Amino acid sequence: MRAFQATHVKLRTYWVLTKPLQSGLLLTTGLAGFMSARCPVLNWQALLALTGSLFLAIGGSTVLNMVCDRDIDAKMKRTANRPLPLGRVEASNALLVGLALAWLGVGWAFALSPLYGTIVFAGLFFDVVVYTIWLKRRTPWSIVWGGISGGMPILAGRALGTGQIDWIGLSLALGVLLWIPTHIMTFNMRYYEDYRRAGIPTFPSAYGFQVTRVTIALSSLAAALAIAVAAIGIGMTWGYLRLLAVLSAGLLALAITSVVRPSERLNFGLFKYASVYMLSSMLLVVVEAI
Amino acid sequence: MMMMMKKTSILDRLLLLATGILAAYQVAVGIEGLGTLAILCYTIAFGVLLIAGLLLIIFSLEILDNPLVVVVAAIIPLSLSLGLVVEYLPALGTVYQVFVTLGLLVIAVTRYVTPGTIATVVLAVVHGIAGLLIVGLPILLSLQGRAPAGFALVGVGGALIGLGGLLLAFLRAGKPMLSKETIYTILPGLLLLMTAAFVAGFALA
Repeated sequence: MRAFQATHVKLRTYWVLTKPLQSGLLLTTGLAGFMSARCPVLNWQALLALTGSLFLAIGGSTVLNMVCDRDIDAKMKRTANRPLPLGRVEASNALLVGLALAWLGVGWAFALSPLYGTIVFAGLFFDVVVYTIWLKRRTPWSIVWGGISGGMPILAGRALGTGQIDWIGLSLALGVLLWIPTHIMTFNMRYYEDYRRAGIPTFPSAYGFQVTRVTIALSSLAAALAIAVAAIGIGMTWGYLRLLAVLSAGLLALAITSVVRPSERLNFGLFKYASVYMLSSMLLVVVEAI
Repeated sequence: MMMMMKKTSILDRLLLLATGILAAYQVAVGIEGLGTLAILCYTIAFGVLLIAGLLLIIFSLEILDNPLVVVVAAIIPLSLSLGLVVEYLPALGTVYQVFVTLGLLVIAVTRYVTPGTIATVVLAVVHGIAGLLIVGLPILLSLQGRAPAGFALVGVGGALIGLGGLLLAFLRAGKPMLSKETIYTILPGLLLLMTAAFVAGFALA
């Protein structure tokens, strides 16, 4: 019984290391990309393989990021309670788990399709090596590479469904890439002191809050346009396009209000709405395909 | 005495989420086959309702204290009533379109330039006319047999939105009909009932 409880606690700790909400959102974009191909989407073997391989690769990538960032996580109030800074997990163990998950995920992806595997691997490489290890502590523009890796799951899903990289897949990935600043920069502003204490360069620390807010608004507009173009390319019906336009209008209204009448509350509201927006947009693509 | 703010409960969030989902359904599916202008009007009305539901979940009911809410909330009855007029009283479509555009402009301007009695009167008049149309027109058309009986549910939805609007308007004017806590308690349920009545009414039309 005690052994069972210990295993349960350990599994829960590692589960936290995969950032389930963030990984879940990225996984949803991958599923949406796959379903946007209008392939036989209810083929459960393909769906299971896509879900499994993407989840392993995204989870592995996230655990590896946690290992690399454990020193800065310890300096930030928001992240100081994560398992690695608290010492509840040994860094070497987490590294092994991260590598194993990533290896399994990428390997499974290559087994499914070399193109799909290459894109999944590129996402992992951009996220862990280029973004986290190389650029995150050097430049606020690292966010671009974080965005590129964020766009990889949807591109990979689409590529698995169509067997190629097409303009719709690139537009979907661009939508996610351009949405990332709204997601990350609102967080950079909310936890400004945390990032400053950890010595991480962010847009607000490099260019000021107002420039960051304008960047978020422009980026939100561009993200909404990219997703709309992809939705038209997919052949989304008018009804769903109307709904997408409504959701996009909400995102833009909040982003613009945040520029005109900035407040901490609005900033965090925008962060939450941006997540709802991305999830809803992806669900629209999924529902449309079904 | 310090006024305690009602916290948004899980039930409130679920009711608001259901409201948002119903409004989303209406935008995506429920208004197919209508004229372009009617679709545009209903998309705006239910779109604002959807976004409002999401924002109430994200920011909690406290967001209702923001003066901008009055202007945004006016868009729902104005665009909904315009959609009904365009669809069922096309002869009055252009005139009412002008009224709606000017009405919304005047509500927005008076809210910021001359807040107080003038702004309240303007809001009451514009809202009142839109509200009467939303309540009266579907019921009248149903009674005359020009629309199926179920279409009268749109009128019921109109009555419910009117009730909610009155409660909030009197609260903001400092003469609440019910306590703020009570109003904020019943509001999510009222929004859901109203949206359900609209969706059912349009489905049965």
